[in-house]
Amino acid sequence: MSVGIVGYGAYVPRFRITSREIARVWGQDPKTMQEGLLIEEKSVPDIDEDTITISIEASKNAFLRAGIRPKEIGAVYIGSESHPYAVKPSGTVVAEALGIGPEVSVVDTEFACRAGTTSMFICCGLVKAGYINYGLAIGADTSQGMPGDALEYSAAAGGAAFIIGGKNVIATIDGWFSFVTDTADFWRRDGQEYPRHAARFTGEPSYFRHVMEACKGLMGKTGLKPSDFSYAVFHTPNGKFPLKAGKSLGFTGEQLKDNLLVSKIGNTYSGASPLVLSCVLDKAKPGEKIMVTSYGSGAGSDSFCLTVTEDIKSKQDKARKTMDYVADREEIDYARYVRLRGKIKQ
Amino acid sequence: MHTSSVPLYWRLQKSKYGLFGTKCLSCNTHFYPPKPLCSECRRKGRVVEHQFSGKGKILTFTIIRTAPEGFEKQAPYAIGIIELDEGAKIAGQIVGPFERLATGKRVRPVFRKIYEDSDDGIIHYGMKFVIDGKS
Ligand SMILES: [Zn+2]
Repeated sequence: MSVGIVGYGAYVPRFRITSREIARVWGQDPKTMQEGLLIEEKSVPDIDEDTITISIEASKNAFLRAGIRPKEIGAVYIGSESHPYAVKPSGTVVAEALGIGPEVSVVDTEFACRAGTTSMFICCGLVKAGYINYGLAIGADTSQGMPGDALEYSAAAGGAAFIIGGKNVIATIDGWFSFVTDTADFWRRDGQEYPRHAARFTGEPSYFRHVMEACKGLMGKTGLKPSDFSYAVFHTPNGKFPLKAGKSLGFTGEQLKDNLLVSKIGNTYSGASPLVLSCVLDKAKPGEKIMVTSYGSGAGSDSFCLTVTEDIKSKQDKARKTMDYVADREEIDYARYVRLRGKIKQ
Repeated sequence: MHTSSVPLYWRLQKSKYGLFGTKCLSCNTHFYPPKPLCSECRRKGRVVEHQFSGKGKILTFTIIRTAPEGFEKQAPYAIGIIELDEGAKIAGQIVGPFERLATGKRVRPVFRKIYEDSDDGIIHYGMKFVIDGKS
């Protein structure tokens, strides 16, 4: 049985704040910030949006493409680091709202920005083992950066949902490799509002090491090389990191260009590599191979590869595309941003 | 502090989350919120559950600037009466820029937070509406 993606869907909130506007407020040089991160603007959730509502909207699009009934879903796993409740799973609301269950396995997963891809991996295993027919795996976040912190330029909101199954797949998942170590590059203690990071520690020993090791492991295991892929999708904390990691692995600018989705919507954390994947699936052609590598602080990476099937052609236009959400934007100023994100304490 | 009844929220959850109403098989009238009896056919009606698609058009709308307790942070916001494609009328919040609002415009449902009891209370979710189409 070939396990893979049966349906996929994206969601990105409408509001955008530009790097220029954030730099203006903090008296920083907009050009330096923009060129340093390759982020022009980032998405901001409306006051009534959170990881649960984003997950539901993305999943509705995934169902439109999969063409299956909600009751056929045997598992719902949501990867996020911004679950609205500390105790009460996001997945319970998401499953109920979509008409899934109650005979269903539900759990929220957490591994910084990597929990979405790991949720996909778990669903693949359950489908392959015959425990479930279909699983819904979601990566979504509404991330926050402390006012004035560098993270404020990138921390954004969005998510993507994938229905994993063994029949009528639009892309088979052909191989998987994970790489995890104890590396404290970025963390948030329980009860704290904003995360902290070891600024100098977030590059080489964390993102690059884990991403590269996972990619090399995957290619070693599958016997594939960079030129076998049409697209290489990475976790996108900014625009620079995925391009640098991809190039040193031997990928070309053409294979990497979809990662620059981040320059239009920012870093959507658990939604990041899943959203780039949704963007690629929106236009991919049968036979093309895609490599996806996530990264989560703490730290670890999942790398997996897919082959697009003939069935994708009839599914791509069945729901709103990722770029439709990117194009539907309303720019807001810093004052509105602060109000929407609840950064004023009353 | 606004502390609504958790059991009440739970009982209404299915109709709010999934836009579940009812329809009368005898006269094809649709009801939202769900009604157990058809007001047209009375006891001759056969009423069954019906899930609305949530697509419809704006009949009328207004912009709320002074919001009731629990909704203050969302103000200003638009609420409207939506005529669903099946015929039932439903009141709901319409998200998105006010310039896009007009009677007769097509809407589709979006899942959003309705309100929060308080910082440590339950979060209430449900359907709102957004203008359909790209702008
Ligand atoms: Zn009737």
